[in-house]
Amino acid sequence: MDGTAIREALSTMDERGNGEGAGFAVYGAFPEFADYYAVHVFYDDLIGPKTAVEEELEKLGTVAHDEEIPTYEQAGLKKRHIPWRYFFQPNVSALGTTASEEDILVYLMKKVNTTIPGALIYSTGKNIGVFKAAGWPEDVADFYRIQDYEGYLWLSHNRYPTNTAGWWGGAHPFNLLDWTVVHNGEITSYGTNKRYLESFGYVCTMHTDTEVVAYLTDLLRRQHSLPTELAFKALAPPFWDDIDRMPERERALDTALRMTYSPAMMNGPFAIVVANSEGMVGITDRIKLRPLVAAEAGDRLYLSSEEAAIRVVEPSPDRVWMPRAGEPVIGRVW
Amino acid sequence: MPIGSVPAKYKVTIDSDLCMLCERCIENCPYGTFRREGNKILAFSRACTGCHRCVAMCPRDAISLEEKPVDYRSHPVWSREAREAIYTQAQSGKIVLTGMGNALDVPPIFDRLLLDACQVTNPSIDPLREPMELRTYIGKKPRRIDIRQTPDGDTDLVTELAPNLKCETPIMIGHMSYGAISLNAQLSLARGAVAAGTFMGTGEGGLHQSLYPYQNNMIVQIASGRFGVDIDYLERGAAIEIKIGQGAKPGIGGHLPGEKVDESVSKTRMIPPHSDAISPAPHHDIYSIEDLSQLVRSLKEATEWKKPVFVKIAAVHNVAAIAAGIARSSADAVVIDGFRGGTGTAPRVFRDHVGIPIEAAVAAVDAKLTEQGIRNEVSVIASGGIRDSADVTKAIALGADAVYIGTAALISLGCRVCGHCYRGLCPWGIATQREDLTARLDPDVMHQNVSNLIHGWTLEISELMGAAGINSIESLRGNRDRLRGYMLDENLLSVLDVKTVGAGA
Repeated sequence: MDGTAIREALSTMDERGNGEGAGFAVYGAFPEFADYYAVHVFYDDLIGPKTAVEEELEKLGTVAHDEEIPTYEQAGLKKRHIPWRYFFQPNVSALGTTASEEDILVYLMKKVNTTIPGALIYSTGKNIGVFKAAGWPEDVADFYRIQDYEGYLWLSHNRYPTNTAGWWGGAHPFNLLDWTVVHNGEITSYGTNKRYLESFGYVCTMHTDTEVVAYLTDLLRRQHSLPTELAFKALAPPFWDDIDRMPERERALDTALRMTYSPAMMNGPFAIVVANSEGMVGITDRIKLRPLVAAEAGDRLYLSSEEAAIRVVEPSPDRVWMPRAGEPVIGRVW
Repeated sequence: MPIGSVPAKYKVTIDSDLCMLCERCIENCPYGTFRREGNKILAFSRACTGCHRCVAMCPRDAISLEEKPVDYRSHPVWSREAREAIYTQAQSGKIVLTGMGNALDVPPIFDRLLLDACQVTNPSIDPLREPMELRTYIGKKPRRIDIRQTPDGDTDLVTELAPNLKCETPIMIGHMSYGAISLNAQLSLARGAVAAGTFMGTGEGGLHQSLYPYQNNMIVQIASGRFGVDIDYLERGAAIEIKIGQGAKPGIGGHLPGEKVDESVSKTRMIPPHSDAISPAPHHDIYSIEDLSQLVRSLKEATEWKKPVFVKIAAVHNVAAIAAGIARSSADAVVIDGFRGGTGTAPRVFRDHVGIPIEAAVAAVDAKLTEQGIRNEVSVIASGGIRDSADVTKAIALGADAVYIGTAALISLGCRVCGHCYRGLCPWGIATQREDLTARLDPDVMHQNVSNLIHGWTLEISELMGAAGINSIESLRGNRDRLRGYMLDENLLSVLDVKTVGAGA
């Protein structure tokens, strides 16, 4: 799929945003560099910050290729940053400690985002392109010409910022390594989730509740090896009254899951879609305070805040449904 | 050298136009404040403790009570309390005793913390229309769970959970022993705890057999005197608590005067009647953290690893590291008792000057356990000066799993915080063993007060959570983002890990 349809879909939901943030992510964007981590950086200028970031990259690994991400002037969008991408191979012995490739990327991201003013790493996944800016969806799409990119899984988001208005870094999707998240909502349990993640060594640097979704998913799926269904059940678990009524075996599992992962539970209104290279999951909070619609057409899965956006891309889906509160909709790449 | 008398603390006056000479005041005051002379009730104000029993029982509202009718020359340094302690000690040459909690005139930190509510960007949740979950499990949690996929596609749990206490509210009742308080008071608390779906502590006074019907909601305590402890006692409790220290008097032991040790208290404590029950300052089998760890394991072995074991410590300067040490033993929960914690008796100098506030202690413990990556594996119970549902909510947002209430529960039984518990004459039948006094407290009636109080606070916590857009207590725990500090200095804000009022997300 190229980006033409997703541009149209997101633009039908213009009134869910206010023209201050929109973005797109696509898996499978860089087949020629598929084995490299695509490090995306916003530079405030090309003088100081770029040199500093490139010094870090050189210390930590090898850059196979880098380029300014092509952009095209739009009347309604002011270019505040210069987006750049590096196809990067980390050197696992660079830090001298036990580290995986992912650890090096996390280190790099933290180092750049906390110590180099004027540079922000906003995406680090392999074969994943992320395109975001402060603007209306169609302007952001045309600014990057997302129709020029192709991939097998697309995410997009239109933002109505309250906290970090106009900040490009605050636009969704958020990416961390293979995980990408779009989120509609406000996580009222952020403080609890953040502390829980910190106890496992995660550091929240993006000043947004959305990043905890990516870290929690990473913790439960990758570190604790929970299957997708259980990982998302931990994030939005059934109510105790419902658990108490379950058959014995299920009750034992759900009780243990909820007791063990209670600080990972996400509270407050949200509809989120979390993707990685193997698929995507959509889920809402436990009482569905934000909308989520799902549809299937052939081997494609669509998740959206509005059915209208799905029908722009797929006028006659095989099935359209409203997922129940807290019930994950899981799509796997075959 | 006689100093003469110090001014009376209270002045009791009776309006003889209202008084109908029913003599209820005379009957009700065990301190001998009232007497009848002819057609008049006279009051000996110096005997009054300010307990309000007479005021509460007077059918005509004829009694009024004035505090400090004659005060000292005001002075910023030489307060009344400072001067009177000196007069007392000049005569006795002993330690000054007091009852109830810290009376130091400094504002509770709780009063300088403000809670959050939702407006527009997220909806508040209406607890009358949506589920609101306050269920709290107290005990060890695994770091992660392991599962096995069965061939028929089902998922089986491999991880075995440690025993936990299931509370329907994060409010539990702390440890107040039979001896310090009456059996009727304990029965009222126990039945209230059962009705509220929560737990209460026995204190270090054994478990009287009339409490056996409520044992599944009781946490049995082991303190340095080991009073009332045998295998039967351990097996009856829902959980076991090792008490190392107490917020009202950190670092020292306890003393139940022989006068309070009647036949029944003596049997329950397993000590001779009328003998003083003295709990030593340390446990003489715990001189180090590894000794504590051994005792925790011994208790678990003795009860076949079926009971959670809590360890209670007073909030002292290094509370975070001590709590982390406890969390690394086999203990299931750490109880932190702040310097406002109540007591039947404590030396004034300890009550007012040793230990730190629960707010700072809980925040520091939560931070340390988080830093060490073990916060979620152990429960933290906060106690010491919890006065209302707002304090409970703030304590949880600062990092506690649940709270113990003590004084608040006694107040629900009528206690007026007069602070004379150590005299054994409590007119409300709470801190006394005198039969005519304990008979005033009818557990059949008063247990309802206890469950009402817990129920009322629980409803208020639900409303506060709903307003903050949170429908499960787990999402409030340690959620410092939903607190703001008001008129707190920067260092304290940093210990609490709370932003100042006015600071955004």
